[in-house]
Amino acid sequence: MQINSTQHLSPSRSTRIFARVESPPLIILIPAGLVALAMALPLAYLIVRAFGASSEAWELLFRVRTAQILGRSALLVVTVTGASLAIATPLAWLTTRTDMPFRRTLSVLTALPLVVPSYVGAFLAISALGPKGLLQQMLSPIGVESLPEIYGLPGAAITLTLLSYPYTLLTVRAAFRNLDPSLDESARLLGHGSWSTFFRMTLPQLKPAMAAGSLLVALYTLSDFGAVSLMRYETFTWAIFQQYQSAFDRSIAAVLSLVLVLFAVLILMGDGFVASKGRFYRTGSGSARATNAVRLGRWKWPAVAFCVAAVVAALGMPTAVLGYWLVKGVSAGEPLTLVWSATLNSLYVSLMAAVAATVLAVPVAALAVRHPGHLSRLFERVSHTGYALPGIVVALALVFFGSRLVQPIYQTVWLLAFAYVVLFLPAALGSIRSSLMQVSPRIEEAARCLGHGRISVMLSITAPLTRSGLLMGGALVFLVTMKELPATLILGPLGFSTLASRIWSASSEAFFAQAAAPALMLIFISSVPLAILMIRDRSRQ
Amino acid sequence: MNEAVLQCVGVTKSFGDFVAVRDVTFDVSRGEIVAILGSSGCGKTTVLRLIAGLERPDAGQILIRGEVASTPQRQTPPDKRGIGMVVQEYALFPHMTVRQNVAFGLNNLSNDQKKDRVAEVMSLVRLENLQDRYPHELSSGQQQRIALARTMAPRPSAVLLDEPFSNIDAGLRSEVRRDVEEILRVNDIAAVLVTHDRDEAFAIADRVAVMSDGELHQVDTPEAVYHLPNSKRVAQMTATCDFIEGVVLQDGTVDTEAGILAYDTHSSDIEPGSSVELVIHPDDFGIDENESGAMIVQAREFRGDATMLVIALPSGATLRCRQDSHCAITSGRRVDLILNRPGPFAAFSV
Repeated sequence: MQINSTQHLSPSRSTRIFARVESPPLIILIPAGLVALAMALPLAYLIVRAFGASSEAWELLFRVRTAQILGRSALLVVTVTGASLAIATPLAWLTTRTDMPFRRTLSVLTALPLVVPSYVGAFLAISALGPKGLLQQMLSPIGVESLPEIYGLPGAAITLTLLSYPYTLLTVRAAFRNLDPSLDESARLLGHGSWSTFFRMTLPQLKPAMAAGSLLVALYTLSDFGAVSLMRYETFTWAIFQQYQSAFDRSIAAVLSLVLVLFAVLILMGDGFVASKGRFYRTGSGSARATNAVRLGRWKWPAVAFCVAAVVAALGMPTAVLGYWLVKGVSAGEPLTLVWSATLNSLYVSLMAAVAATVLAVPVAALAVRHPGHLSRLFERVSHTGYALPGIVVALALVFFGSRLVQPIYQTVWLLAFAYVVLFLPAALGSIRSSLMQVSPRIEEAARCLGHGRISVMLSITAPLTRSGLLMGGALVFLVTMKELPATLILGPLGFSTLASRIWSASSEAFFAQAAAPALMLIFISSVPLAILMIRDRSRQ
Repeated sequence: MNEAVLQCVGVTKSFGDFVAVRDVTFDVSRGEIVAILGSSGCGKTTVLRLIAGLERPDAGQILIRGEVASTPQRQTPPDKRGIGMVVQEYALFPHMTVRQNVAFGLNNLSNDQKKDRVAEVMSLVRLENLQDRYPHELSSGQQQRIALARTMAPRPSAVLLDEPFSNIDAGLRSEVRRDVEEILRVNDIAAVLVTHDRDEAFAIADRVAVMSDGELHQVDTPEAVYHLPNSKRVAQMTATCDFIEGVVLQDGTVDTEAGILAYDTHSSDIEPGSSVELVIHPDDFGIDENESGAMIVQAREFRGDATMLVIALPSGATLRCRQDSHCAITSGRRVDLILNRPGPFAAFSV
């Protein structure tokens, strides 16, 4: 028999927050529903168009050429995703868990290639490494007459890998930071050596982050249009653009787009499969203890060399080549005034998209976080449609939609901004959602009990507390909108040139000197929100 | 004094298939403190949320100052109820100073009036000099008092306190509890306090409402729920206790292994000859060491301020007996029980 007279009825009381079964207030429900509806519109219209397509369009789908395009896209996605993982994982480890010299600097620099748009990276690679490019000009005095072919798969894969590995790097790095050192220590105490611990404890815990990063890279690669076009590697996006520009029957493009969407959905499902196998993240409360840095010893400098090589290839070379073309352009009397108007246009439309996406994401995020249920899950999922849709697909769908149903806004910045919102709302949504989750509903309830109505609480409590999430969401949307190419090309009003479209038109005709100034401007402007994001990320550690 | 500020009448609330609160009825008068005692997940927090208007009942109604505030069809929103609530985690607004937090509920006052009222409640909780701090710069005890000050500032007609002392260091808890009680008493305010700690409930409350599995089992004074629980479950929730069986005799007593004992009961079906169980608390019996005693000390646990003995009865049933710290009786010794309890024992039919 137990002697126990001072027992409490429950030792520790866990705060249980019941899921609300009550229907959410209409003030949130209706806007969220409208946003979800708008986000689903392009895809829905695309499906309608594709099924209304002529039988020739569908026959085209089953030709050998389609299979070739599919194969090329798949090959590129697999190559780039694998290569990014191979570069990013060691970089993430070196910059978070070791005593490598210049760790902090390298940690910022290795993430920076994110600001270089793929078409800029591609034109720089071509102008540097292509036939009669800078490298060959430099090497011709010593008798090198030709370099390995850059066009095609190698060029596209190298360019996209160097520009997209930061996606994997950032997610894996975050996972490394969140790893609970006590798990590793337990593994060591249970008799596993450092290698065994790494492969059996650390690596499995990183798997979800690696999958999440790879998903971003795979979708980025699949939807890339700029680099593959400049590298003349005929993937889906390129084929769709060709069909759109040349064919009389644009529904062929719609059919091809639908196949591309299916491809993206397949990638998403693959990620869901990896991620759903168990919970890997730290389940304990409190902040993780700092880990002891791994001592690299004599591997210190080879580690630095590896990081520097990545930075030079992805950031240093492009910048140097860009500088070369800029100097060449300016000395040849290239007018810089055109850059200013393009800059203003880019800023204008990107800000518009950033504000709109942030504002529209709020009701969806609020519904998802505060009133979980079937309906809110549905709205949230549907609002994420743009995540899986390549830019060219959304643009094409809106061309069909705009030219037929909403003629007044077709060929205006409004439709262009709408395309951006469809594409990038998920980015804002994620950031707002997580900041909203940090605000305990108890705080809002306390404010209600102090005599403030729903709207007043939203303005005086919720908004200030989620400000950083709103800003971050907006900054992210701004960043990706600045770089966006295919929707800008297809939906941009006549005579409305942005930095992206100027770079594209100059570099696709190999006027590299003309492309240099807008490219530099674009990289500079999009570095600003990225810098803000990285500083915030670091201050939160 | 006896005017009911809060009334819950047959209140029921489900979340999906789970019935969190079932047919709860109780009221709270002006100046009265009622503690809802129950283990985690028993629905006691949901009762507070229902009273505050943060949840809508599925059945029953809630009245505030005699006016209907909640029914399944219609309810007054939380901001129009004039009910204050202090939650377990205090929910101070992290982006506002203490002053701004406390003034948040005073939006109908002019700036000067606000300033005066803030100063007034800050002195009530004795933290006048912390007005410009931010919540994260305060200790948990200070946060708790600020949360209370913020709740008291708009002069609510009732205050709801959800586990108000659970985040405070054990050493400070009784002091903070006395402070809170004094503030509530001085302002003659109706309060409902939710806790899982029976010592806390007994110490602060005028009446204790014992709750489990969503139901209120007994609402009565601390002494009554302790000495005369109306069910075995209430007995177990309000005290360390053992049960012994016996048969009811003609004259209102029960024949048990521990002797013939007087009983009292809430139930109506107890008649002479029927079997009952009696609730025995550790201080109901003293013991006397006796070579020929019928009981054996089975175990002994020294607790510092007391010594707890487990006494085995001839049938094998056991009772716990609390002795003082000087008690030298060791296990294995034979003893007799000596009745200490002046009143009757609570009885339930078996």
